[in-house]
Amino acid sequence: MSVKLDANIPEGPIEQKWDKHRFSMKLVNPANKRKYQVIVVGTGLAGASASASLAELGYNVKTFCIHDSPRRAHSIAAQGGINAAKNYPNDGDSIYRLFYDTVKGGDFRAREANVYRLAQISNLIIDQCVAQGVPFAREYGGLLDNRSFGGAQVSRTFYARGQTGQQLLLGAYSAMMRQVGLGKVKLFPRREMLDLVLVDGKARGITVRNLTTGEIESHAADAVVLATGGYGNVYFLSTNAMKSNVTAAWRCHKKGAFFANPCFTQIHPTCIPRSGDYQSKLTLMSESLRNDGRVWVPKNKGDARPPQQIPEEDRDYYLERVYPSFGNLVPRDVASRQAKFRVDEGRGVGPTEEAVYLDFGDSIRRLGQKAIEAKYGNLFQMYEKITGENPYEVPMRIFPAVHYTMGGLWVDYNLQSSVPGLHVLGEANFSDHGANRLGASALMQGLADGYFIIPYTLGNYLAGQDLVKVDESHQAFKDSQQEVRAKTDKFFSIQGSKSVDEFHRELGQLMWNFVGMSRNAHGLEEVQNRIAGVREEFWQNLKMTGQRDYRNDELEKAGRVADFLEMGELMAKDALERRESCGGHFREEYQTPENEALRDDDKFCHVAAYEYQSQDSHKMAWQRHQEELSFEYVKLTTRSYK
Amino acid sequence: MAGTAGKALNLKLKVWRQAGPDKEGRFVEYEARNISSDASFLEMLDVINVDLVKSGQEPIEFDHDCREGICGSCSMVINGSPHGPDRGTATCQLHMRRFRDGETIVIEPFRAKAFPIVKDLAVDRSAFDRIMQVGGFISVNTGNAPDANSLPVPKENADMAFAAATCIGCGACVAACKNASASLFVSAKLAHLALLPQGQAEREQRTLSMVAQMDEEGFGACTNTGACSAACPKEIDLENIARMNRDYFKASLRERSEKS
Ligand SMILES: Cc1cc2nc3c(=O)[nH]c(=O)nc-3n(C[C@H](O)[C@H](O)[C@H](O)COP(=O)(O)OP(=O)(O)OC[C@H]3O[C@@H](n4cnc5c(N)ncnc54)[C@H](O)[C@@H]3O)c2cc1C
Ligand code: SF4
Ligand code: FES
Repeated sequence: MSVKLDANIPEGPIEQKWDKHRFSMKLVNPANKRKYQVIVVGTGLAGASASASLAELGYNVKTFCIHDSPRRAHSIAAQGGINAAKNYPNDGDSIYRLFYDTVKGGDFRAREANVYRLAQISNLIIDQCVAQGVPFAREYGGLLDNRSFGGAQVSRTFYARGQTGQQLLLGAYSAMMRQVGLGKVKLFPRREMLDLVLVDGKARGITVRNLTTGEIESHAADAVVLATGGYGNVYFLSTNAMKSNVTAAWRCHKKGAFFANPCFTQIHPTCIPRSGDYQSKLTLMSESLRNDGRVWVPKNKGDARPPQQIPEEDRDYYLERVYPSFGNLVPRDVASRQAKFRVDEGRGVGPTEEAVYLDFGDSIRRLGQKAIEAKYGNLFQMYEKITGENPYEVPMRIFPAVHYTMGGLWVDYNLQSSVPGLHVLGEANFSDHGANRLGASALMQGLADGYFIIPYTLGNYLAGQDLVKVDESHQAFKDSQQEVRAKTDKFFSIQGSKSVDEFHRELGQLMWNFVGMSRNAHGLEEVQNRIAGVREEFWQNLKMTGQRDYRNDELEKAGRVADFLEMGELMAKDALERRESCGGHFREEYQTPENEALRDDDKFCHVAAYEYQSQDSHKMAWQRHQEELSFEYVKLTTRSYK
Repeated sequence: MAGTAGKALNLKLKVWRQAGPDKEGRFVEYEARNISSDASFLEMLDVINVDLVKSGQEPIEFDHDCREGICGSCSMVINGSPHGPDRGTATCQLHMRRFRDGETIVIEPFRAKAFPIVKDLAVDRSAFDRIMQVGGFISVNTGNAPDANSLPVPKENADMAFAAATCIGCGACVAACKNASASLFVSAKLAHLALLPQGQAEREQRTLSMVAQMDEEGFGACTNTGACSAACPKEIDLENIARMNRDYFKASLRERSEKS
């Protein structure tokens, strides 16, 4: 039976929804906040900002992360910048325009009310970060500098050289560490969440493994906030950090949290191509590079000349040719697909012929090497370290790679999942980016969720509940520990012959080939069986070494890959059922004569949210639910960047 | 030479293996065969580890995550140098083209009293977080901030603050120092905040608290030899230590005169 998903969007005109909602939400009085215990899982931008803000309000917070220090969360690696509608450059930006660009960029598969709120909050984030001492780039007059990113015709991106994520995360981490010092946040690093504990159908705690000692621990609370990042590593090769995973979200999914739009993944157009079989991850070259770099391939197939020797008339600056008004700054999904088309045509470059050029020659001639160095110095250095080539002299070789996951646990307007008391923030939820995320919008969303939304909506939840007292001695915690231990035992009992990494690579290859940049019905049907096959082999032929009761990286990886092997199947299923193309989801059967994505707004203008049902031996089952989307402000039109 | 495919290298590794903080450690030798010169150093270890696992042995454990020189997880001493031979490079950014065929590579964990070994090449650097929690912040609650452009910051100061703020908290400075001093790390954080107008109100207290915690954690004294900055993957400037010392001197004078 299909349930009706209620997003709990407040009434009223869009620009008043959030203000009105904040007024009508219940408050927890200051003296009572001390009585509540909140668990935050994850210390990326979303989790660190939430921990700090909730503790500042007076809640008792327990914060968990898998890293040895909360400062190492994957957010640290974000490069290019964070959007806000400040309109400092006076180039016509506004909250409405940021809202409009984000809805359109997401190809009309995000909730208007959420996106509007995000745009409203964006300005507060910049203020907060500057007050914390985040050293954003500045102009000579001492005021903040902006640059442009894909999918926008204004400059609204704030940045700190190529290390924006690092600086924002250190800001949020510092704010959180201040609360650790004050005793309001209790920090649990090197803990992996392996289960969500429910009492009376509400989220009341978690089960974690201490990754250093191997101990299985229980932690009870009045509410759980999940901010554990995205699931891009299901593809094995991605720009995500090595430990990024779906495990925490997946275990919540199996405890009742719906998973929304799992097939919406973002393939980023500018990454360093892979060089060999040993490749462990891919490195992003920030999209900001497309401000000054021009993308091209040789006009002629098989042109083997070094790029510098290919004259202008033999080059095809295909993005400028196909999209004259946005040029090199088209959104990511469009740029990635175009690169794939060029490679498929046989015009790819480099040793693997799976790359296109990103050329700074013109900009260096126009602005000078110094200016380019000041803007992108660390990115150029990173490129050179990895490839051994000097990008000031030779154009970069780039190719798309998996980068971000728009899908995630379903949440309502209050960021609450379908499990009462479980709230989901940052990349782990599905909320604001529709079928394609615009550059510099993930950092914005993570911090909006953590600093400015959850502090209000969590109070509203807690004030409206009559929660029974629960502690770690409750039977539900014991059962959960039992379940977690049984899974660990199983890993050790298989005694097969293949390493975790081998299974992971196999899964990744299937995902990339069949659920990657372009998808079709036949492939999506076939791949579900093949994923199930790899999963079956995993549970029969895994080789596990080392100890159960001490640090064991293989054991950590096994748990994550086991979940990816289930997640991958759901992604393929969702991609198959969404019989349209939109944003990053490109179904070959549904395209315009110019190879652009062809949406079907009559049948698919909705969020697909999956309810986990069962797993008998190796067959998995889900129920698909729909949340209908309506567009009252940004008219449903075909995206055009021409 | 647009992307020549890598050469194959054969190497001998001497790797520090230690099962836990209180266990005895030792060097174990491994052969690394047929490693592409385009592979990263950590990918070379991945290749060895898959073989170890498949033959039923425990893989070599080390900390890593981003593999692009920004999270500060990776932490190894390679042939005597923290993060290996290249300047301004974290272990994860080091590539095998830097090594010669047939070479022996010695790999050890960062060694310092304040960084106990957890397992093999992984150490416990939580002391850095404890230093941060006593003062590495500006006390501003969420929602209290004025408009971001109401406080212009001279570009020069903003750039210097940014340079100091790029520290990744890896601890190579400690590993490189014969006294295992954490001065470069602590001074980078202090400089980042001291160079900004927002950081002034708490400047003295912050300096006193963080320096006191650094001593408490068992890091050694700084004797200005500069090995830290040479090993630092972000090339954090030694000048920051001088600035910290000046601030510390000023703050402790005031503290003493206020007490007396
Ligand atoms: C290379 C790169 C560059 C990017 N650049 C930009 C950019 O310029 N602008 C932009 O807007 N976005 C960018 N993004 C996207 C953006 O960085 C991420 O979407 C965002 O940082 C995610 O933040 P988060 O807080 O949701 O999760 P994360 O930062 O991924 O944090 C997840 C946290 O959860 C913890 N965790 C995970 N699993 C568990 C578990 N099972 N148990 C306990 N803890 C767990 C981790 O330890 C970590 O603390 C970039 C992404 C990449 C990969
Ligand atoms: S100062 Fe340099 S070496 Fe020391 S922790 Fe920071 S980045 Fe690492
Ligand atoms: S793994 Fe992140 S800095 Fe080396």
